[in-house]
Amino acid sequence: MDDVRRRSFLGTLVAGISAVVGAIMVVPLLRFAAWPMFHGGGGADWFALGPADQFTGETPVRADVEVRKQDGWRVSVAKQTVYVTRAGGTLRVLSAVCTHLGCVVPWDAKAKQFVCPCHKGFYAPDGSRINGPPPRGLDALPTKIENGTLYVKYQYFRQLSAKRDVVG
Amino acid sequence: MSAGGDWLDRRVGWRSLMHEGLDEPLPGKSRWAYVFGSGLLFIFVNQAITGIFLSLYYVPSADHAHTTVAFIQKQVTAGAFIRSLHSYGSSVMVVILLLHLWQTFLYGAYKNGRELVWLFGCALFLLVLGMSFTGYLLPWDQKAYAATAVATNMISEVPLVGSAIKTLLRGGTEMGTLTISRFFALHVFLIPMGIIGAIGVHVLLFRRAGAAGPPVDEATRQKLPVEPFYPRQVFKDFAFGIVLIIVLAAFALWRPTTLGPMANPSDPTYLPRPEWYYVPVFQWLKYWHGPLTVVGVVLIPALLFLLLFALPFIDRSPERRPLKRPIAVGSMLFVFVGLLWLGARSRAEDHQDPSVRAKLQAQDDEERRFAATPFEPEVAGVASATTRKMTDAESKGALLFVSEQCAGCHGPEGKGGAGLFALPSVDAMFPGEKLKAVLRAPNQQMTEGGMEPVALKDPELDAVIAYLRFLTKGR
Repeated sequence: MDDVRRRSFLGTLVAGISAVVGAIMVVPLLRFAAWPMFHGGGGADWFALGPADQFTGETPVRADVEVRKQDGWRVSVAKQTVYVTRAGGTLRVLSAVCTHLGCVVPWDAKAKQFVCPCHKGFYAPDGSRINGPPPRGLDALPTKIENGTLYVKYQYFRQLSAKRDVVG
Repeated sequence: MSAGGDWLDRRVGWRSLMHEGLDEPLPGKSRWAYVFGSGLLFIFVNQAITGIFLSLYYVPSADHAHTTVAFIQKQVTAGAFIRSLHSYGSSVMVVILLLHLWQTFLYGAYKNGRELVWLFGCALFLLVLGMSFTGYLLPWDQKAYAATAVATNMISEVPLVGSAIKTLLRGGTEMGTLTISRFFALHVFLIPMGIIGAIGVHVLLFRRAGAAGPPVDEATRQKLPVEPFYPRQVFKDFAFGIVLIIVLAAFALWRPTTLGPMANPSDPTYLPRPEWYYVPVFQWLKYWHGPLTVVGVVLIPALLFLLLFALPFIDRSPERRPLKRPIAVGSMLFVFVGLLWLGARSRAEDHQDPSVRAKLQAQDDEERRFAATPFEPEVAGVASATTRKMTDAESKGALLFVSEQCAGCHGPEGKGGAGLFALPSVDAMFPGEKLKAVLRAPNQQMTEGGMEPVALKDPELDAVIAYLRFLTKGR
């Protein structure tokens, strides 16, 4: 009887201590593996588009922005198209990505509107939706003006949704 | 619990498995001397777990390996800790392995039907050395590169097939990205598979032969009290395992393992030094020159390992008491004291030569400096300046940039590099005609940096300027 009790006492002790040490060691492992969940990156950096006062007209001006994004241990650099426009009175930088299925929307200078070549979506010079399958207008990107220079922060938005939803 | 246990037992038979695993009789009762084998298993599990976690971020290629290890070390939460557990774990593994080997040897536990247990133990010894050898290269920093370059060069000393093996191992005549891939495959797939298989056979054969017990004569052995493996020996084994993990964790927290600057194969001044357990071998190599090299580098080590493997077949008397086996114990002691002496000699020689000491110190300082700088991510894709196709003038300038030796000091594409001067944004610094003027007659700061006046004709200089503007736009 004593022997049985001693066996189970030692067994419980071993199991208990191992469980405690194991639980402590699991914490750094989980934090290590879950790192990307808490460091999604702050999105793209601000990109300088140039002097803000060069964009004066109502006609959208096409510009290419360099999107630098933290991607784990590297920084990826991609190019994206935006339009700078003062249509409607406010300075806006619009993402050229169609809110329908993500095609890049060109400006139709003759018709004075954005026309998506994929499924005939139409947008006004200020980006608002006119007609066609897109669920909402072209998305305005966050901007700031510092020392007269216009900066834009490029973002990606969810397609096929009436609500503007930043996805990256 | 019991009903469920019975149900499971009828299907799995776990009770007899537990009985088989835990009630193994230990002649002479449980002992602290027996904990090393289980200790090795603990460390192996530690290596496997931390290794799998490291692989979440590590990339085995010459252009990413160092960045990803720096990322683990400097950026990821608990990265330095987990990498240290893995790296120090390998050292602890070698220590415990030597203790296990010595214990088995002194107890004469390789005798009387346990020859194959010993043989597989020796195979595991080699496999563990293979693990530390292949793992050492993977961070691709200066010391990893230099040490592996030396070690793989040693292999070419093997007669006839040496240089072929070296090329096969390196994936080419020189070390490069293929070397990392190969070492990675060995370190992560091949050798671990071998280790797991060999552990299986080693333990199976050991259980079949039964625990040897203390080194006493056979008559005394028969009369020794017997105790089952569980609970006391299990308790001792676990206690040892937990102490190992705590010691490892304490070291990993207190003094995380380091990472030096990225390997630079073109730096001939770097003084390579191996991991501590290879230092005796490193010292040993210094004594062998010319045609005798093959004897020292290949024959003698091979002979020693052969003797180690063949030990139970050479030393065949059933006598297990160490004091009654003076030749075996004496030779083993001789080899180990020799190795210790070689290690001490190496340390002493490094310490005595002031230039070597200074160089090693400088290398350590550089490593510390690199460790202290924040992580710098790799830039993937190309900046907008270089995505545009170059104009004719710009491409002409690009050729001149190289032929006129601009790239010699400013690096390819003016990006700088170790000891080179990266080009600033020339537009911002020297707008308009100022750039031409300053190239013709560099200012004081540039002259001090070693810049010489550019002696090109106007159209050529214009092409260079066009290229410089193209290059440094956005810098």
